[in-house]
Amino acid sequence: MSEIVKKFMYLNRKAPYGTIYAWEALEVVLIGAAFDQDVSVMFLDDGVYQLTKGQDTKGIGMKNFSPTFRTLGDYEVKKVYVDRASLEARGLTQEDLVAIAWEDMETEEEVDNIVEVIDSARVSALMNESDVVFSF
Amino acid sequence: MSDTIEVDGKQFAVDEEGYLSNLNDWVPGVAGVMAAQDNLELTEEHWDIINFLREYYEEYQIAPAVRVLTKAVGKKLGKEKGNSKYLYSLFPYGPAKQACRFAGLPKPTGCV
Repeated sequence: MSEIVKKFMYLNRKAPYGTIYAWEALEVVLIGAAFDQDVSVMFLDDGVYQLTKGQDTKGIGMKNFSPTFRTLGDYEVKKVYVDRASLEARGLTQEDLVAIAWEDMETEEEVDNIVEVIDSARVSALMNESDVVFSF
Repeated sequence: MSDTIEVDGKQFAVDEEGYLSNLNDWVPGVAGVMAAQDNLELTEEHWDIINFLREYYEEYQIAPAVRVLTKAVGKKLGKEKGNSKYLYSLFPYGPAKQACRFAGLPKPTGCV
């Protein structure tokens, strides 16, 4: 394993279905998680729909991958952010989003929900702090 | 690796790495036939992991990478089973890769 830890941010801006971006982004996050980097995942614009509860994809014949976001905690991703302005513009609140739990097996430290809704200033600051930003 | 495997007189399509092509095809016999190809005999301990993986897939829609599997097994089946030494003793070709194949799941996401 590399000793250099970089801050990776994965930006998700697109709706979950209709294009392959959302699913591909999630796969990249999960695969990248094997490299022990400092990972955060950010949802903004239509990307906030990716985290909504109660998705049903039967009508469009696509796999419903929304349950997969709940594994991010198992993959040691501890930072998931949602842009408040994007949520509000779509009439959504944190109540409409899935909760992602995280637990440290050694210390038994538990966080019930790592999904954090943040304001635009914090979104910008976090992007600035990142060494690498992947935009999907 | 042939493109089908025979289980109880029925043919099942598999991909070039031996993973079941259609995960809805899976029956428990698939695991037994695949294990025999790898010269393994399935015990109750193997089945614990196979069943665990199928439940994990059912809930999260992905096959977990090995370190995620290790962590999740520890949580569900006890710490003495949630370590790679134990899991490799059951599945010498890699607990995630091999057990997922037996369980009829795709190759794990995040397997490098």
